Amino acid sequence: MNIVVCVKYVPDATADRRFESDNTVDRVGVDGLLSELDEYAVEQALQLKEKAGDDTEVTALCIGPEKAVDAVRKALQMGADKGILVSDEAIAGSDYLGTSLVLAEAVKKIAQDIGKTPDIVMCGMASTDASGSVVPAMLAERLDLPQVTFAAVIETQGDQVRIKRDGDTATEVIGATMPIVMSVTDQTGEARYPSFKGIMAAKKKPLETWTLADLGVDAELVGLTAATSAVEEASERPPRTAGEIVTDEDGSGATALTEFLASKKFI
Amino acid sequence: MSEVLVVVDHVDGAVRKPTLELLALAKRLGTPSAVHFGSADSAVVEKLKAFGAEKIYVVDDSEIKGYLVAPKAEALQQLVEKTSPAAVLIVSGYEGKEIAGRLAVKTGSGIITDAVDIEEGGVTTQSVFAGNYSVKSKVTKGTPIITVKPNSAAPEETAGAGEVEEFAATISDSAKKAQIVASQPRKASGRPELTEAAIVVSGGRGTGGDFSAVEGLADALGAAVGASRAAVDSGWMPHSFQVGQTGKVVSPQLYVANGISGAIQHRAGMQTAKTIVAVNKDEEAPIFELVDFGVVGDLQSVLPAATEQIEKRKN
Repeated sequence: MNIVVCVKYVPDATADRRFESDNTVDRVGVDGLLSELDEYAVEQALQLKEKAGDDTEVTALCIGPEKAVDAVRKALQMGADKGILVSDEAIAGSDYLGTSLVLAEAVKKIAQDIGKTPDIVMCGMASTDASGSVVPAMLAERLDLPQVTFAAVIETQGDQVRIKRDGDTATEVIGATMPIVMSVTDQTGEARYPSFKGIMAAKKKPLETWTLADLGVDAELVGLTAATSAVEEASERPPRTAGEIVTDEDGSGATALTEFLASKKFI
Repeated sequence: MSEVLVVVDHVDGAVRKPTLELLALAKRLGTPSAVHFGSADSAVVEKLKAFGAEKIYVVDDSEIKGYLVAPKAEALQQLVEKTSPAAVLIVSGYEGKEIAGRLAVKTGSGIITDAVDIEEGGVTTQSVFAGNYSVKSKVTKGTPIITVKPNSAAPEETAGAGEVEEFAATISDSAKKAQIVASQPRKASGRPELTEAAIVVSGGRGTGGDFSAVEGLADALGAAVGASRAAVDSGWMPHSFQVGQTGKVVSPQLYVANGISGAIQHRAGMQTAKTIVAVNKDEEAPIFELVDFGVVGDLQSVLPAATEQIEKRKN
């Protein structure tokens, strides 16, 4: 089995995330890391590999600046077999359409290299920076593969896959035949930490860097100039100023709380 | 004026409130046309009409409802081709965002997700980075495809013409690859829907697994109940109650966080609430940095006492 797991390099959510002067996300000046939600995708890819046996290959695929190689390395340390970083200045500022195009073309190139469409293109449920949750569906559209997304529980048997999806109004079971595009939620279970052995082994794993030219993608189709939406303004919200804090003593807290709610007309 | 397509979010023919909010926003961009998947009985038609739908496209869903997302995107693409709308508005949710994503690829159009406001002219507002930034943006290519968070606008009860038009979509085999094998509707809790509620009362690790005090306060305030990821991971509440980055993102008038420390992942799901209140034993809990009012105390005693006082005031 071949699994390609898409991983994103994002600004650390606990750092001071900000925008550049051109209103794109600052991806260089802020410490970055593998998006926490993609760790679940790597974990599930590895679990499927463990279940399917040793001839399964997990490839971590990432688009980003040179520094984004850190996200690929983390996936390799966790246990992915090889890594690919698609890095090209022309990609900077790409929107969802541009990003999904580059990912789709990279998957097609991987398919050419291995001689078949990867059985599973695995993604996290969202990135922790843009939180769009649209790229997996866009990938499925571009690759013309079944979309099996927001999986909370995964079951596979041969090339058959079933997932549980906690949808907006119902819990659904979705079934499809591989090859598929899958996205997984944090309900699938904690992601493993890289072991010392994993960290050492990762140094010897193949890690390639591809450019747009390698993918045969016209630079004019991606990046900020090709973007189909434009940010006009990104402004920092005034921080919430801490309000009144009272300490409960013999029921005073409940009274103060009730009075506050009444003063704001919530009662 | 151009039409604006509003995708109707409904459960078995019951139109959900966010759809009515979208109809109100659609009026700012053009004339609202609702797109209803499934059979539209008179209750659906009357409701959409009462809240401003000038047209209602009814799309037979016999070839749509058994499959995930793709067929709806295909039908919408055909409707976009037919109507050349000024925009397509969809409720932000798992399905809504994914329909929007596929429709954007199909039509080569720009997409904006999780808008909290849309102005005349199509400038949208989004709240990003856990609510720390506000971003205004605009689609510059194709048909703007915008997913909008619930509670982003007030429904407007001004009747539209509500002219019903059947639309026959052609669904390809390739859109029928991911099958919905089973579907279990969520049990009605008798409380407001989490993402739509004006007030949300949540509990976290500090409840120790006993949500009765949280639920008591929620019922006194007519609120929805939410939970932190810690409470969900502990198995105390189902995932559908989770507020935060990987759960529901809520922006109610009032959010009451009980026994919740306020990690960034939780803040991402509630920081845009108008008023925030917290009850927590730990005076150092980061949640207190963003509250309008906070009580340092044991939620198991503070909440029941407050609930009793609220009930008294109501009578």
